[in-house]
Amino acid sequence: MSRLRTLAAFLYDFVVGDDPLIAAVVLVMLALTAAIAGAGVPAWWILPLGVVAGLSISLYRSTRA
Amino acid sequence: MSSDSLLFIAVFLASAVEGVEAVTIVLAAGLTRGWRSALVGAGVASVALAAIVAVLGPALTALPIDILRLVVGALLLIFGLQWLRKSILRASGFKALHDEDAIFAAELAADRAIGREPRGIDGYGFTVSFKGVLLEGLEVAFIVVTFGSNQHNIPLAVLAALAAALLVIVAGVAVRAPLSRVPENTLKYAVGVMLTAYGTFWGAEGAGAHWPGGDAAILALIAFTLVTSALLGVAMRRRHARLPASFATSPPTPQ
Repeated sequence: MSRLRTLAAFLYDFVVGDDPLIAAVVLVMLALTAAIAGAGVPAWWILPLGVVAGLSISLYRSTRA
Repeated sequence: MSSDSLLFIAVFLASAVEGVEAVTIVLAAGLTRGWRSALVGAGVASVALAAIVAVLGPALTALPIDILRLVVGALLLIFGLQWLRKSILRASGFKALHDEDAIFAAELAADRAIGREPRGIDGYGFTVSFKGVLLEGLEVAFIVVTFGSNQHNIPLAVLAALAAALLVIVAGVAVRAPLSRVPENTLKYAVGVMLTAYGTFWGAEGAGAHWPGGDAAILALIAFTLVTSALLGVAMRRRHARLPASFATSPPTPQ
């Protein structure tokens, strides 16, 4: 069990890294892209917008203190 | 022009585009995380790719490529944004150059100082390289199978793809030496830009979006990511400059 926990912790650290907000923004934007593209509306612009939003918020959050 | 010539040119060009993407990622991983990990990642991906092609053959087109693009794109985008974030924080002085990457950087520097490749495998370099080569390799395999079977000449399509791969690999080896002279922090920033751009492209395609201009959109995404991160870098430097002297402990590191 502890090995599983160690593996899960490693994977979390490996994928999510320092700021979970970035991973969350990416996943939300991908879901939004899939939903809008699925409705037949052009959705290519959503992820670039997510890049700007995610990076800006993460930078300002981490330098706020 | 004969249909065979057209088939060769079409497969060659399409495979070269995919090959450039794969080689860019392997170069980025090799230059920043060590060549051993990047090349082992590329090698393992090539073996996995060969096994998939051998087992599936023409049934390859049934693989859920969009799901693969979505997963790989999401991971590359998360990795890329983390790298960009750290690079901007370092460049603006908010983060010291030697942080959680210090051990890896020290080992890399020590090995490089005596002209030796780093020992062991770096998981990050391996994974990035592996995913890039496997995904792009699968796309080349799809191109070969679809173009080749449409024209009833798969061997010629395979030959065109191999010629493109050879050309792109030779070009990659040629640019490796000049790239290795670029400062490490600048390379990390460049890798962040590339991973973010490719991750955005693949992630959106995997989620069902279509890019205006097709593969050429990657160039626009690289430019977009560069401009965005540069502007954020300027904003962070100004923010750091406004800090009281007692808080501004770490000097800006070169980009």
